[in-house]
Amino acid sequence: MNTADVIVIGGGIHGCSTALHCRLRGLSVVVVEKDHVARHASGVNAGGVRRLNRHPAEIPLAMASAALWQRIEDLVHDDCGYRQTGQIRVAEGEPGLAAIAARRRLVEGLGYSHEQWIGPEELFELVPAISRHCLGALWTADDGHADPTRTTRAFARQAAALGAEFLTPCRAGMPRRAGGGWQVPTDRGTFSGAQVVNCAGAWGGAVAAALGEPVPIEPIAPMMLVTARMAPFVDPVVASFDRMISFKQSPNGSVVIGGGWRSRAEPDANRAHVEFGELHRLIGTTLDLFPVMRGARIVRSWAGIEGAMPDAIPVIGPSMTAPGVIHAFGFSAHGFQLGPIGGAIVADLVESGATSLPIEPFSIARFAGQAWREAS
Amino acid sequence: MNARLEAPVFDLAIVGAGPAGMAAAVEAAARGLAAVVLDEQPAPGGQIWRNIEASGGRASLGGSYAKGAAHAAAFRAAVADYRPGTLVWHVETADHEPARLWLMQGERVGQLRARRVLIAPGATERPVPVPGWTLPGAMTVGALQTLLKGAEVVPSAPVVLAGNGPLLYLTAVQLAACGARIAAVLWTAPPGAWRGAVPHLPGFLASGTWRAGLGLMRDFRALGIRVVRDVAAIEITGDGRAEAVRYRTAGGASGEIATGLVALHEGVIPATNLARAIGCEHLWDEAQAAFRPRLGPWGQTSVEGVLIAGDGGGIAGADAAPLAGRLAVLGAAHALGRLTLPERDGLAAPLRRDLDRILRGRAFIDRLYPPRLARAALPDAVVVCRCEEVTAGAVRGAVASGAQGPNQIKAFLRCGMGPCQGRFCDPTVTRLIAEARGVPEAEVGQFRLRPPVKPVPLTAFAAAGEEVA
Amino acid sequence: MFRRLSPAEAGGTPVTFRFEGREIAARAGESVAAALLAAGEAVFRASPVSAAPRGPFCMMGACFDCLVEIDGLPGCQACMTIVRPGMEVRRDRIAGAPA
Repeated sequence: MNTADVIVIGGGIHGCSTALHCRLRGLSVVVVEKDHVARHASGVNAGGVRRLNRHPAEIPLAMASAALWQRIEDLVHDDCGYRQTGQIRVAEGEPGLAAIAARRRLVEGLGYSHEQWIGPEELFELVPAISRHCLGALWTADDGHADPTRTTRAFARQAAALGAEFLTPCRAGMPRRAGGGWQVPTDRGTFSGAQVVNCAGAWGGAVAAALGEPVPIEPIAPMMLVTARMAPFVDPVVASFDRMISFKQSPNGSVVIGGGWRSRAEPDANRAHVEFGELHRLIGTTLDLFPVMRGARIVRSWAGIEGAMPDAIPVIGPSMTAPGVIHAFGFSAHGFQLGPIGGAIVADLVESGATSLPIEPFSIARFAGQAWREAS
Repeated sequence: MNARLEAPVFDLAIVGAGPAGMAAAVEAAARGLAAVVLDEQPAPGGQIWRNIEASGGRASLGGSYAKGAAHAAAFRAAVADYRPGTLVWHVETADHEPARLWLMQGERVGQLRARRVLIAPGATERPVPVPGWTLPGAMTVGALQTLLKGAEVVPSAPVVLAGNGPLLYLTAVQLAACGARIAAVLWTAPPGAWRGAVPHLPGFLASGTWRAGLGLMRDFRALGIRVVRDVAAIEITGDGRAEAVRYRTAGGASGEIATGLVALHEGVIPATNLARAIGCEHLWDEAQAAFRPRLGPWGQTSVEGVLIAGDGGGIAGADAAPLAGRLAVLGAAHALGRLTLPERDGLAAPLRRDLDRILRGRAFIDRLYPPRLARAALPDAVVVCRCEEVTAGAVRGAVASGAQGPNQIKAFLRCGMGPCQGRFCDPTVTRLIAEARGVPEAEVGQFRLRPPVKPVPLTAFAAAGEEVA
Repeated sequence: MFRRLSPAEAGGTPVTFRFEGREIAARAGESVAAALLAAGEAVFRASPVSAAPRGPFCMMGACFDCLVEIDGLPGCQACMTIVRPGMEVRRDRIAGAPA
């Protein structure tokens, strides 16, 4: 029988970060991943390292994660392609300006100052390539972006270097109780451990359901478009308060365009298709915001499978029905920046059952019984 | 609901107007299917019969080329909706619904829908990665033939042809007939290859293709071109463009030939980009040393409603492709309720008989002309991915640091992520991984491809949106 | 590197276009790549990775080494584009770079 202190289901960024933080605390870890590390949402996202415009409940976690991003190379011995380019969210019209005003009231009311208003002059100075119809923006100077695959792999590699065991490709079955601990059947035999961590992303809901606590998770497939290499013209990641877009130029010159446009996810078939039916609107927004894109070509598109919760914040914390099981899934397409801290939180919970960060809003209890249906 | 969903619905969309696509269009018309033919080329004929209408099947290009004229004429007479200059850059499929084809024509994006999609993409030349193959002046043999057929443009100074296979012979004969000079042929088929081919000789003889083959070899020999046999390695050298080619034979002889033009060729492989982007399952064909789609008897792929015919389904040549195209249409016509089962099978029987006869000859040719440079041990410094300039050494390094498959190589190195979308590195990457891991290529698989199959300008897309929004 | 079997004019009135400012005579219906090769051009672009010179390789739309800028749009396949009178063709530049 194979045993470990912690069995992690899922080799995305949260699973890999959990493995690393557990090893840093001296816990033995096995990660069970059905494909390969960073196969879905962790490898197929825009790589935004963003605190700007986060859900209020996520801000404390994002702040703590930002501190880890600052020293990411110390943590994983790879710079992860992390660049502190800033993140910008522009207003293109009156609704955008109103949204900025509301956002500033909310964030400043919570006592934060990381989101700064910048007027048009400052915006055009920061992003000379942006269209002059923009009216201003919110700006977080020390946000940025990183290479998602490379980052996730770096966490896996460092965890493995410290002794974590990665089973890839290897399917995990549902955890079952065994004595005081847990057993997880896998393609490579059954593993037993004191604790199980559910980092299964879009598949995390199935694990929770098997433990008797179903959640209303929706498998989604956010789409991204990638251009051929272009000359460098924009540093920050740019989004809009008025239209769905996120826009980033990679260090190699290719531009990655997304912003929450979803296609059909088929988690059972492990597949997501890109559907171009509505994407002309995203492309239109792109051309409006960046006239330089008139010379650009789409060379590739992506869709990776992610789990979205109805309230768009993840499930993080202990299971309510299965002592010894900890959930960290359903990051709703914005879990990448939270990766470094997510593993530390889970490791805290594994080690001591508690963490100093405020994770109550993320409890799976919010979906228990009638509570969720009544709240919604 | 978006106005774009109102795209017209056809019974059958045929992608490609080469030998398979043209014949399929003729058959579709005969079966009363509402068909549309979409082809990236400006005129029918595909690669083999390129420019067949304008050239009138010029005699200097040989009998196999001249045959195309009749096919093109029949196609023109039958086809109702033919759209040349149209790239199909993605096909969206959903079970039990007509597929949605995304097009680009004249730098504008458009779309249409079809109950069945028949892809007839033809073949591409097998990538032959050798040192210096990215220099201007290093080309493929097929490229020289395209210049001749499409534009009557020929090498102005003696050219070196390197590799092996029928197309190399044919192009040499065609070039010579037009007065182009060939400095040498660096022939890479091992002298013992015929031994492996002999057991397949009866099939080849029965196939009827031997007459044309023998004639071609006789014509080639009559040219008296210098042939260096059993060449095991070549290197193209030059400062900013090809200036010379060095070679080494298996026997250890070596030499260098000064030339500004070196053309490579080691056979052709199925063009699979569109089929793979759609998600059709592919399998490794050991005899042809290439991946091809898994097909049913009527050209059915693993994706419902998507069919493949011609060399894109496995290399069988221009005599086989029209038969496969017609069979696929008969299958589709039955599936769409336009032919009863006995009608379908009755019409198909003679086609299938002819096709089987031709296919029996293929194994002989595959074994007689095995790829060599394209399968040889690659020096670390050779560029594998021409677009992103990823070397064989870098691929090996990535495998050593944990990349188990082509998709991880992509993520590690950007290999295959340039504009050609892996067309020229995919087979090499799979092979390098297989060699490094000591597993068969079948197990390694290929790049997972993402639409569009060719880069699409953003402006083309937005224009389509405006048009219908 | 290449020559025409008969002059461009032999096929009727030649189509003329410009490549890097130079006037090129082409035959109607042929590709931009064929016309440029026949006119003695071998280098169509610089690789965006290493700036190494590149020219047509496959001539059938697969390799993307013959990319040129046509009428201001970068990344056009010269081997797949039929010549049009008056087109302005330049060596490909990476999109977004100053002209």
